[in-house]
Amino acid sequence: MTRTLVVVGHGMVGHRFVTAFRARDHERRWRVIVLGEERHPAYDRVGLSSYLDGRGLADLRLDDGELAGDTAVDLRLGVVAESIDRATRTVWTSAGTPVRYDALVLATGSRPFVPPVPGHDLPGCFAYRTVDDLDRIRAASGEARDGVVVGGGLLGLEAANALRLLGLRTQVVEMADWLMPLQVDEGGGHTLGRLVERLGLVVHTGSGTGAVEAGQDGRTRAVRLTDGTEVPADLVVFSAGIRARDELARAAGLPVGERGGVLVDETCRTEDPRVWAVGECAAVAGRTYGLVAPGYAMAETVVDRLLGGSATFGGAEPATKLKLLGVDVASFGDAHSTTPGALDVVHANAASGTYTKLVLSDDARTLLGGVLVGDAGAYPTLRALLGRPLPASPEEVLAPVGGGGLSADAVPDDATVCSCHNVSKGDVTAAITEHGLTDVAGVKRCTLAGTGCGSCVPMLGGLLAGCGVEPDRALCEHFRHTRAELYEIVRATGITTFSELVRTHGAGRGCDVCKPVVASILAGLAGGHVLSEDQAGLQDTNDRFLANIQRNGTYSVVPRIPGGEITPEKLITIGEVARDFGLYTKITGGQRIDLFGARVEQLPLIWRRLVDAGFESGHAYGKALRTVKSCVGTDWCRYGVGDSVAMAIRLELRYRGLRAPHKIKAGVSGCARECAEARSKDFGVIATEKGWNLYVGGNGGFTPRHAELLAADLDDRALIALVDRFLMFYIRTADRLQRTAAWIGAMEGGLEHLRAVVVDDSLGIAEELEAAMERHVGEYADEWAGVLADPEKVARFVSFVNSPDVPDPTIRFTTERGQIRPGATDGPVPLPLPVIRPEAVRA
Amino acid sequence: MRWREVCRWEALRPELGAPVLVDGHLIALFRTEDGELYALGNVDPVSSASVMSRGIVGDRAGEPVVASPMHKQVFSLRSGRCLDVTHPELALPTYAVRRQGDVVEIGLP
Ligand SMILES: Cc1cc2nc3c(=O)[nH]c(=O)nc-3n(C[C@H](O)[C@H](O)[C@H](O)COP(=O)(O)OP(=O)(O)OC[C@H]3O[C@@H](n4cnc5c(N)ncnc54)[C@H](O)[C@@H]3O)c2cc1C
Ligand code: FES
Repeated sequence: MTRTLVVVGHGMVGHRFVTAFRARDHERRWRVIVLGEERHPAYDRVGLSSYLDGRGLADLRLDDGELAGDTAVDLRLGVVAESIDRATRTVWTSAGTPVRYDALVLATGSRPFVPPVPGHDLPGCFAYRTVDDLDRIRAASGEARDGVVVGGGLLGLEAANALRLLGLRTQVVEMADWLMPLQVDEGGGHTLGRLVERLGLVVHTGSGTGAVEAGQDGRTRAVRLTDGTEVPADLVVFSAGIRARDELARAAGLPVGERGGVLVDETCRTEDPRVWAVGECAAVAGRTYGLVAPGYAMAETVVDRLLGGSATFGGAEPATKLKLLGVDVASFGDAHSTTPGALDVVHANAASGTYTKLVLSDDARTLLGGVLVGDAGAYPTLRALLGRPLPASPEEVLAPVGGGGLSADAVPDDATVCSCHNVSKGDVTAAITEHGLTDVAGVKRCTLAGTGCGSCVPMLGGLLAGCGVEPDRALCEHFRHTRAELYEIVRATGITTFSELVRTHGAGRGCDVCKPVVASILAGLAGGHVLSEDQAGLQDTNDRFLANIQRNGTYSVVPRIPGGEITPEKLITIGEVARDFGLYTKITGGQRIDLFGARVEQLPLIWRRLVDAGFESGHAYGKALRTVKSCVGTDWCRYGVGDSVAMAIRLELRYRGLRAPHKIKAGVSGCARECAEARSKDFGVIATEKGWNLYVGGNGGFTPRHAELLAADLDDRALIALVDRFLMFYIRTADRLQRTAAWIGAMEGGLEHLRAVVVDDSLGIAEELEAAMERHVGEYADEWAGVLADPEKVARFVSFVNSPDVPDPTIRFTTERGQIRPGATDGPVPLPLPVIRPEAVRA
Repeated sequence: MRWREVCRWEALRPELGAPVLVDGHLIALFRTEDGELYALGNVDPVSSASVMSRGIVGDRAGEPVVASPMHKQVFSLRSGRCLDVTHPELALPTYAVRRQGDVVEIGLP
């Protein structure tokens, strides 16, 4: 008989419980009903902050195993469990329907603790726990300038970073004498405080929050500290700890822990044998856990028990690693040295802003815990060594700071490398050798390691290397190099042709992968027309015909309209050309006009007219700068604070024709209303009262991403210098077909490293990058004008070299809504089909 | 075999395919870097568009190939067969082709 399992709460742990349960209940002995209060299916709460820098809910999606479409699971979202009647084994819900259970699992998580100070519930006060909270914060941030975060713990600092990203001046109030008092010791806390303040946050430690003051509009105006200081606050986020959501259990007469939480034993069962609790709402032997990994372990325990196993939850050592505003912080094990006789080994370097503490047993041999601030490179290895003898002296383990000290080899086989999924080093190395894995993605797929908080990923890379796996980064069978390496080779050797490059540094004759890559590199370094004798054969069809190929082999034509600004005369020319050549006409998202359905032989005729009217190639076909979109700007818009149209035109004219690893899109908005959607672009510029903010690494497409702030309040010159450097650095170092977002994501050190190189010139190449861009600007020439001036190039735009007057008979159109569209492709054109012969006769 | 003159040898640039029309046959003509000539059907079997002459020419493990500019399937210039493991059933027709002094000729049965 099928029994009913009811799960209350569809958060991270509830979700993990259900997927793990379904993966093991093959005989479908249980039907599962999940009641979830939030409107959204479970998402990655650990990654919640990234929701604000533009990653949508889709990017926070949790792996759902085979859950989608599983008929044994009934997921009811937006439904709150209101009470439990244990006598009748019924859960009453906000939907009014009673839900009967044979077993009940509580996974209700926790709620943020809001200190009951006067004004804590004013409009403008928020919590930081759910996607809905973040939507509310984002909505309120538009009008706000000053933000205050109450609580300087892990979540408080995340919240502060989020407010800063939303453009607020942000201050943090922490009751304890240093930041993150739960995770790091005093020395670490002070180092952290200095690093965080260097990055523009104001920190008040040792101060309590007295009250939140309202302004005349009834919204928050300021936070008053217990020492009387008033801190301006248009927006307040409370992040002063969490409280287990144990109210259902309490009301049902189940015992709770001393400090809250549904009291359960080491099997995660309450005193009612049919009721279990997992995740943050559970107090296992009285202790609650505010991290996801122990919650997952509890979920696995209950799954096993319900299916007849004998698993127990043995507790967990707290371990935390995070990177905030580019500051690494990690803490694990007995970070506060509370073990009797524990010895501390501390290295602090005020100049570089790093602090490291190892906590050792009284014989100085066993690692009990540690704190790392400023550089947590050694964290994955150290955490794996927790509770084990140190493989080297503490000095060797700690120096050189930067993780170079200990390699993955030092970790014993049975040590846990991924604590989120409880995967040992041995599990990983076995998977690598058994399945012949060659990359981190494969290890993640096979073992789940690295798919939780991600902090163990560097270790996985180390283990791959330890198993002798060299990551395969070769471009194709013709070049063993990456695109970036080829770029450097071409730059260093001054080679100007593909044939020379493949002869000296590659093998074979090239292919459709390496040829366009080299063409793009040569376009930037060697110059010359992209359809010159040497380069034409390297180009993808779009670049070879300077137009975008469409499904029936015709092309579309996109003239450049810088910044989207166009005169009526030019608009009329486009209309006339479209009409005369019978082209389908569409306005694009990048503020220009796309003309579809041009036959190869029509392209030079069309462009003759466009070039004569003053148009240039829009490079819609190239891996190159596409458009710089702009809003209406100060001339006309009553809100604008910066002349977005003039800046967009200036940028588009500067970077037009710039060949890159992938297309580049840009936008300029005249104020924070962001009408140009600049933050969805590879680089986006937004006017501020003091100049321009520059954002980088955004894109639309398959996985949309918002661009992140690179530098703020720049004047025109500084802005252009930074964009020059950013784009040139991208062109030099990105992989083939890697958009800026992926490039930054893959960069060691990410955005912080990029900022160091581009803004602070940490590699000392800024001048060189700017000079390279100047060269590009100086050498720019319109590609289409270049074709039209050269009869030999024009001659390649033919339907048939031996019958140039015969149009391609396979191209047919039908009409829809008054315009052409490609004819039906189902019945292919009847063509004479010769027999396939083994070898063609050759000359 | 009837031989038809289609273009001058010099008009054919190395590694740049050229579309020709011979007795209703749509043919892509290639001259590789090493001076070999190849002729295949110009119609891409996946998209039904007449575009193969616009593909990039190169090699796969030494076999001369052209990649469809539409969906990137790779075809042998010698046999016309698709070399992608996912599409072994695809093939382009091949034609006889030769150089006669200054001109290039296609042969039809
Ligand atoms: C910003 C942020 C950053 C974090 N960073 C980290 C980190 O780096 N590392 C780490 O380990 N942990 C981190 N955490 C903590 C981690 O997210 C939690 O430990 C984890 O989400 C706990 O999972 P859970 O399922 O127990 O609770 P939750 O994920 O909170 O899920 C509980 C769900 O139950 C629902 N619910 C509650 N009561 C009811 C009811 N009566 N009826 C129906 N539904 C109900 C709630 O709405 C919620 O959706 C972070 C948390 C936040 C907010
Ligand atoms: S430790 Fe969190 S994903 Fe591995």
